[in-house]
Amino acid sequence: MNNEELKIKITELLPAATFDETGEWLNIHVEPADWLSFAGKLRNEDSLFFDYLFCLTCIDWKTHLTMVYHLSSTKYRHNIVIKSKLDAAKPEIESVSHIWKTAEFHEREVYEMFGVNFINHPDLRLLILPDGWEGKNPMRKDFEDPINMIKL
Amino acid sequence: MFEEIGTTTEGDLIINVGPQHPATHGVLHLVITLNGETIKKVEPHLGYIHRSIEKMCESLTYRQFIYVTSRMDYLSAHINNHACALTVEKGMQIEVPERAQVIRVIMDELTRIASHELWWGAMAMDIGAFTPFFHAFREREKINEIMEETCGARLTMNYYVPGGLMAELHPDFQKKVKEFIVLFKRKIDEYDELVTGNIIFINRMKGVGILSKEDAISYGCSGPAARGSGVNCDIRKLYPYAVYDKVQFDEILETGCDSLARYMIRIREMKQSIRIIEQLIDNIPEGDFQAKTKAVLKLPKGEFYTRVETARGELGVYIMSEGATTPYRIKFRSPGFSNLSALDHMARGSKLGDLVAMMGTLDLVIPDIDR
Repeated sequence: MNNEELKIKITELLPAATFDETGEWLNIHVEPADWLSFAGKLRNEDSLFFDYLFCLTCIDWKTHLTMVYHLSSTKYRHNIVIKSKLDAAKPEIESVSHIWKTAEFHEREVYEMFGVNFINHPDLRLLILPDGWEGKNPMRKDFEDPINMIKL
Repeated sequence: MFEEIGTTTEGDLIINVGPQHPATHGVLHLVITLNGETIKKVEPHLGYIHRSIEKMCESLTYRQFIYVTSRMDYLSAHINNHACALTVEKGMQIEVPERAQVIRVIMDELTRIASHELWWGAMAMDIGAFTPFFHAFREREKINEIMEETCGARLTMNYYVPGGLMAELHPDFQKKVKEFIVLFKRKIDEYDELVTGNIIFINRMKGVGILSKEDAISYGCSGPAARGSGVNCDIRKLYPYAVYDKVQFDEILETGCDSLARYMIRIREMKQSIRIIEQLIDNIPEGDFQAKTKAVLKLPKGEFYTRVETARGELGVYIMSEGATTPYRIKFRSPGFSNLSALDHMARGSKLGDLVAMMGTLDLVIPDIDR
């Protein structure tokens, strides 16, 4: 499917979705509350079949956080980017690790680095940071560590 | 961090493998729950070599950040650099000279052979054959010498810059590569004789670490780990970059879904890499090795994503730019991280001794996983 066809199909599934075509792929903005049911449709709808989540990450915009999901279909070879804006004070979104199993590890990484809480994640624990890590989340923009300096 | 070695309430044994274990090839730490000799759960604990490269890159300029990425997947240093250079070139709309593109592909494929050779030797050693290690390193040394002459380094090359290459090729480059091709074609058959047909080897690999096609996609596996399960995922074919669309080569697929299939993929891929190099080595176009670029690079506001095929799978570089000289956010989608997440699924229900074969055929490079 090309971007126009994708837009029509996705508007059918989620009328509240907004689009942005400035990037390489079609960007779709989704409210965190809509994400779980929408993700399931993206994966299971026969004409979309987004079965490959090839990148999952988060961006700290200081005022808010944005979750970014890069999805691809191994059958149709179309790609989309899903973005969801989260509240910086209490970032929360549903986990999609039962839809795409790779999300389990990626969400754990985002959880510890950005402090995003993934609702219904099967095993939300620290993955990279040492046990008993206290303090801020390292990838947040306001993180400073004068002893183990990361910024060069 | 270390769970108590001992038994759980159900009578299962918990053991720690790593972070300093010869079979993990780096500082990977696995906590394994065993019932007798059968694996019930494998739980990776990461972060022993986490350098926070993504955060570091946020304070480096677009010329500087490329060099840090050589330290991610150090066996695919050239290919990591290639991904970053491509992303910056995409953002700045820099036209890379044909000569630089061809040399990049030759270097990438030499890197792939060197990486697969190291994997082959180390994996054979893991499962008990010591000789292949020396055979593999003997040929890998030739590639390292070729790299050293041109790039000045043997592991962290830092040869690619936005717009092309850092320096001209060494005058002996073509001659040495051709010598290597002749040598390697003879040696790769020796590898097969030494290991591939060995009945003990086949018994240890066949049917071990089954990963179905659906699971491979769902776990986000890529590279030889996914192609062993029959997933078409070679980025060089699907989304060609540099001159990959102008050379003839086959995407290697196996349908065995087991460790032997993943092993065969890499062996056959080395032959394809040789095929690519053969087509290009005599046809390196004349011209500049670097495009003229501004002294200070500023990517326009927006986001840029590049996918390349490293020796381990799909590497993604995601740059979010705010129009400054440094990226606002960089994400490296490393192939090893996703491939590792499938290990628990593959290992459940099999014997502890087979875990080494599974880890070996996933080709884990820990700095690539931790970043």
